[in-house]
Amino acid sequence: MNSILRLKRDWFSLFLPSRGTQRRGLKLNLRLRLGLAILAVLVVASFTLPFFSDVDPMQQGTYAKNLPPSWEHLLGTNSQGQDIFWFLVFAMRNSLLLGVAVSFCVTVIATLVGLSAGYIGGWYERVVMLLTDSFIIIPVFPILIVLGALFRGRASFWLVGMILVIFGWAWGARTVRSMALSIREREFINMARFSGANTMQIILWEVFPYVYAYMVVGFINAILYAINTEAALAVIGLSNLEVPTLGSIIFWALNYNAMFIGQYTWIVAPVIATVLLFLGLFLTSTGYNELYAAKRGHS
Amino acid sequence: MKLAQYIAARLGVYVVVLFMGITITFFLPRLMPSDPIENYIAQLQNQAGQTLSEAEVMQLRATLAELYGLEGSLFTQYINHLKRIFLTFDFGPSFASFPRPVSEFIWVALPWTLGLLTTTTFIAWSLGNFIGLLAGFFHNNRLATALEVVGVLIYPIPYYILALVFILVLAYIFPVFPLSTTIRPGPLTWSKIQMIATNSALPALTLITAGFGWNILSMKSLAYATKEEPYVTFARLKGVPPRKIMISYVFRNALLPQVTALALSIGMIFNGALLTEILFSYPGLGLLMRTAVGSGDYNMLYGTITMSIMAVATAALVIDLLYPLFDPRIRYK
Repeated sequence: MNSILRLKRDWFSLFLPSRGTQRRGLKLNLRLRLGLAILAVLVVASFTLPFFSDVDPMQQGTYAKNLPPSWEHLLGTNSQGQDIFWFLVFAMRNSLLLGVAVSFCVTVIATLVGLSAGYIGGWYERVVMLLTDSFIIIPVFPILIVLGALFRGRASFWLVGMILVIFGWAWGARTVRSMALSIREREFINMARFSGANTMQIILWEVFPYVYAYMVVGFINAILYAINTEAALAVIGLSNLEVPTLGSIIFWALNYNAMFIGQYTWIVAPVIATVLLFLGLFLTSTGYNELYAAKRGHS
Repeated sequence: MKLAQYIAARLGVYVVVLFMGITITFFLPRLMPSDPIENYIAQLQNQAGQTLSEAEVMQLRATLAELYGLEGSLFTQYINHLKRIFLTFDFGPSFASFPRPVSEFIWVALPWTLGLLTTTTFIAWSLGNFIGLLAGFFHNNRLATALEVVGVLIYPIPYYILALVFILVLAYIFPVFPLSTTIRPGPLTWSKIQMIATNSALPALTLITAGFGWNILSMKSLAYATKEEPYVTFARLKGVPPRKIMISYVFRNALLPQVTALALSIGMIFNGALLTEILFSYPGLGLLMRTAVGSGDYNMLYGTITMSIMAVATAALVIDLLYPLFDPRIRYK
């Protein structure tokens, strides 16, 4: 009976703090607040500003080259005659889009694989975990370099994303599985099984609610992974450099020796922007973790 | 008996990982739309500045197919590939410097990568765990909190950003270290050791800085949790000195998950090392890979990638086999 009532639980409420926390006035900790604030500024700016730009930031020679920062060009222009500020805005937006899209797929796959392996067990679990362990141990970066070499920059931006998904799900799957292993032994799982729920129902409605808090954290960490790996590939010139991303702006700056010709904003601005974005994502992820640890009474 | 079981299981995983890694590297390029032989022929024609005759191209194609082991069905190719790598460690000749075998280049580059990786991983791991232990054990201490904040701020910054910042600050604005690595060959004398040290300092600093933040954070939470265990409270009430509690009671037990995590994160640290090598032109596997990409040297690429998978899998195996030394109970999951 209990499990049938559970089935009607509203999924959205899972993502809000429990009633006890709400009564105390939704005590967000410092890290979470800082992280969310940084993210909010970056996300809002990079998603609304492109509507006010009628110039493609990749278009070369739009403006005079190597202008210093001014009101017209907030961060100056680069050696290709592009406005650095607008390039950065588009780069931030594209990196975030890629990160969120990749992270969504990674999180779904990791949760499905991890939960099913942990709950079903037996041979299925052994085979799946062997596969997962191999994907964790195999260094992804050299494989991406080979793929980048084979495509020679012709890979579309989304293909890069797909490859990141294929090599990114293993870490999450491992963690989710270890959580599922402990939940499997609890009494209410047996209760649900005896009430006639099938494996899929139990995984989704009984086990999932216990791992969702981790999944939110995992989701943010996967965004970090995706943006980081794509940018790393772009910095060494192996991603799609025609699309402005945080990595490709750094690549072009390095390629034109921005440091040596005194174009500091060209190289320093994307570095600061990237560090801010990573810090924001990381603070949000650890802050959220802390919030839920506090809610569960472990901290 | 349990120990033997643990070792056998771990060796099994090792073999499977190697096998899978080599399988992936074998099939990936063959699923791709681009064909290395056609690419190479196109490149040759470009360099020659004129089109080669039809017969010459055919001959070239056959020779290259034989050279790359691209003859026969996919299955025979695969078996030959496995045989060549496992039995003779042969990746074929290099493209860019034709008759010399790829394995020769790999043997030259490998010590650099392994040297950089083992030194920096060891330093970052010890330093991070030590700071993390202090921060967790004295969690009310101001200094400990400050150290933790430093960890939080540094940890999420990616390798390439740190590398750029270090190059910008320590090699360009304040030229303390050389901009890129220049190591002349020659016998191992004192001055050569010094030269290697100054040239390796900046890449090493990048890897250590990027690596130790995570250790601080995880060690801090582990030490903090272990500190609250009943046996620690008992030791404190019994009058065991705090330093002994910290080292023998808290540290020893908080260390175990850190060893496991180290084994699992070896692959990631390795990714960072390759990237760092490329950015600093450090003469290891990463730079070899990047040069191979630049010159379309496919044999070199597959050689280096197979080698890196072997290196990482072996490192993880070694750490896992050392695990029983840290944990007398041998908790095998």
